[in-house]
Amino acid sequence: MTENGIGAAVRRKEDQRFITGKGQYTDDINRPHQLHAHIIRSSLPHARIKSIDAGAALAMPGVVAVFTGKDMADDGVGSLPCGWGINNKDGSPMVEPPHLPLAPDTVRYVGDQVAVVLAEKRSIARDAAEQVDVDYDELPAAASLSAASADGAPLVWEDAPGNVCFDWEIGDAAVTDAAFANAAHVSSIDIVNSRLIPNAMEPRAGIGDYDSGKDEYTLYTTSQNPHVIRLLMGAYVLGIPEHKLRVIAPDVGGGFGSKIFHYAEEAIITWASKRVGRPVKWTADRSESFMSDAHGRDHISHAELALSQDGDFLGLRVRTRANLGAYLSTFGPSVPTYLYATLLAGTYKTPAIYCEVKAMFTHSVPVDAYRGAGRPEASYLLERLVDRAARETGIGQVEIRRRNFIPQDAFPYQTPVALEYDSGDYHTCLEKGLELADYAGFEQRCSESAGRGKLRGVGMSTYIEACGIAPSNVAGALGARAGLYEAGTIRVNPTGSVTVITGSHSHGQGHETTFAQLVTEALGVDFDSIEVVHGDTGKVPFGMGTYGSRSLAVGGMALMAALEKIKTKARKIAAHLLEASEDDVEFVDGQLKVAGTDRAVAFGDVALAAYVPHNYPLDVLEPGLEETAFYDPKNFTFPGGCHICEVEIDPDTGVVTVDRFTAADDFGRIINPMIVEGQVHGGVTQGIGQALYEQCIYDESGQLLTGSYMDYCLPKADNLPNFQVTTNTTLCAHNALGVKGCGEAGTIGSTPAVINAVVDALSDIGVTDMPIPATPERVWQAIRAASA
Amino acid sequence: MSITVSFTLNGESVSAEVESRTLLVDVIRDHLGRTGTHVGCDTSQCGACVIHLDGRSVKSCTMLAVQAEGANVGTIEGVAQNGNLHPMQEAFREHHGLQCGFCTPGIIMSALDLVKQNADPSEKEIREWLEGNLCRCTGYQNIVRAVKAGAIAMRS
Repeated sequence: MTENGIGAAVRRKEDQRFITGKGQYTDDINRPHQLHAHIIRSSLPHARIKSIDAGAALAMPGVVAVFTGKDMADDGVGSLPCGWGINNKDGSPMVEPPHLPLAPDTVRYVGDQVAVVLAEKRSIARDAAEQVDVDYDELPAAASLSAASADGAPLVWEDAPGNVCFDWEIGDAAVTDAAFANAAHVSSIDIVNSRLIPNAMEPRAGIGDYDSGKDEYTLYTTSQNPHVIRLLMGAYVLGIPEHKLRVIAPDVGGGFGSKIFHYAEEAIITWASKRVGRPVKWTADRSESFMSDAHGRDHISHAELALSQDGDFLGLRVRTRANLGAYLSTFGPSVPTYLYATLLAGTYKTPAIYCEVKAMFTHSVPVDAYRGAGRPEASYLLERLVDRAARETGIGQVEIRRRNFIPQDAFPYQTPVALEYDSGDYHTCLEKGLELADYAGFEQRCSESAGRGKLRGVGMSTYIEACGIAPSNVAGALGARAGLYEAGTIRVNPTGSVTVITGSHSHGQGHETTFAQLVTEALGVDFDSIEVVHGDTGKVPFGMGTYGSRSLAVGGMALMAALEKIKTKARKIAAHLLEASEDDVEFVDGQLKVAGTDRAVAFGDVALAAYVPHNYPLDVLEPGLEETAFYDPKNFTFPGGCHICEVEIDPDTGVVTVDRFTAADDFGRIINPMIVEGQVHGGVTQGIGQALYEQCIYDESGQLLTGSYMDYCLPKADNLPNFQVTTNTTLCAHNALGVKGCGEAGTIGSTPAVINAVVDALSDIGVTDMPIPATPERVWQAIRAASA
Repeated sequence: MSITVSFTLNGESVSAEVESRTLLVDVIRDHLGRTGTHVGCDTSQCGACVIHLDGRSVKSCTMLAVQAEGANVGTIEGVAQNGNLHPMQEAFREHHGLQCGFCTPGIIMSALDLVKQNADPSEKEIREWLEGNLCRCTGYQNIVRAVKAGAIAMRS
């Protein structure tokens, strides 16, 4: 290992600008002569737009234009596309309604885009928006899954009877039913996976900037994947060819999935910029974020687990309804299907699994990937059910898992729900977790709590996740409408410094550091001489972006492939300079050496020779030292681990305190342990947020009740303990780095561990279930009901 | 109606023509071009906009610009001196106290005021003090470590 290479806890390159206030987030950027946009949003969950009168607004000084859906339609603006198609059980395609950037005639959720006001100042645009008179014909609405499923429920789309977008299944129903027929015991559970609002701290923002001289567009936007936005907006919505559209995602203040998707505002401001001939800037208020960023989760499920007399899992049967919101967001349909039900085997060798998913339209914000995307829904359901089975059979939460883990000699392991796990060691993760958590000391801590009048519980989850959806052709066969590879370029500059150009996008993950570590390890180039470029389609040849914990396992591997090409070419150049055979030249500590001799040339001299090719094999080799590679993985990667949580509950108030939290994770090879630990901390916190604090609520009329931080509770510093984090590594078997990914694991494993701990704490007084979030009121009510 | 507001920003005299309703954070960002101070919410809860006003940490989204007339305003851009990072900034880098960086300026400004009032804050005191700063990336653990380490470095 070099000092700053693979495995070193290198301090981050990007921090300098962030700790000095020099980051460049989208709202920090201004373009000369720009206008400010304010989006007029529907205040009603479902209504027909009768008329829009912008006369008073247009008469206000500083107001330049007000555009409606009709203006965009007149220009031929198309629908925001959905990137994943799902087929029904009978093979027919899902219902795929249009989603125009400004609603043309009907609004379908509170926050739906109706019109845009352009003005010289943001304050003027906002004032003017209040003068735009939108006359609605209000229609009945159904914002929740239960309301949309009811007989005679208002329809979101006329061509989606019963509000069903698709009715999908995976697994073998007959085999699973047979497993249940032979069961000695069946445990079942009803699970509501609460709806969440992602809440990256930076609100979404953008600047559309049309250059009439070149007939070119630039869009600055808060995106996790600028090339994907260029493709979707250019090809489907605005009809702009790629070479005329540049998308820049500069510093982005967190994403957690919510900044993957192509949003209406991006298309509105880009289109409007051409209409008015000036740059158009838009920045969301947090209130707009709450009502227009894609939401996450929102499932209602019933699940049953069949067990043998010995506690072996025989079969798992799951029926889920998933809320997709009013329109199909970019990857919405993939989340409750291939990113959810395929994970239901978990870490267990359950031989038969069947799952059916009915995905519903509702009068609510579109639902799409939020940190974990489907996998937290799977792990929450499965781990709650396993916990219940452990209690009902008396086997115990640790032993039931040990009994049912996929054994280490079973890899590669084909699950009954499509995935083939390549590697893992669930037993060791569990044992490491138990040790670090001092599981053996729980009883004593429980007695101490009891002495103070508090209830203490311990819960766990042993989770699996699947990162880096792959390979592209398999994903395509399952409905993906895009490739899922990544691209990377290594540009060795003439004086030997290196520019790394990646299609991955960093919005907190630290790629500028981690990817530089890969390069310094491979080429021996000084860490400070390596620069990572990302987030600009004008600079990066191509990219699919960052989501699904894929950056290192896919983007990093593309860079590794480019580095291999660089090394091959550098060896040829060095062989020429050293008058040696290429096969004898090897990389050693930043030099290229002839094996077994002291003859060597510095890597920097090889770079210089490539760009000043005076002594150079021009007849067989091109000058220059820059290589691009695309990498399409052979399979998903499969991180997994064990999370253990101890809570203490005050029975008088119902307040749950997370007292201890331990994570023992397998992420494959770790490039930067400091960054990995930080990812786990953040992920666990979001999972605790879902377990105890966060929940998006629409009232019965379809109004969003949790529309600000007054009503939607994010975890705060004083809500949390210090987490104990460790890793146990098994290498990914199908990528050369052996890496698996770590971004979402914390969120996937933690929520069930917390709630299982809450149930454990309350089990002695007869409580057997607890919905999320386990708010003080809910816990207090449960305690009172059990005591009554 | 436009009003002239004048104050000291990071040691420099500045003035701007503002509306009476203009918020201090908007003057700092839009009129004076110091974009290190961020806006993460519209209900005074996230703390991304925390600055120093006459030495105390305040949420600059919750003040009118005209209230800063004649005041001494400090933002994240003024924390490092002569190109040298402040020990609190160093501590955030050393302890990985940031990920996306959006909340970081507000948290550093908040932490500096904490240490000014309490040179040796306990972990509990740090967590309670930071209750007015939201971070969605870090889970706060490394922020707390960084503030603790920053406080120690500031004492030495």
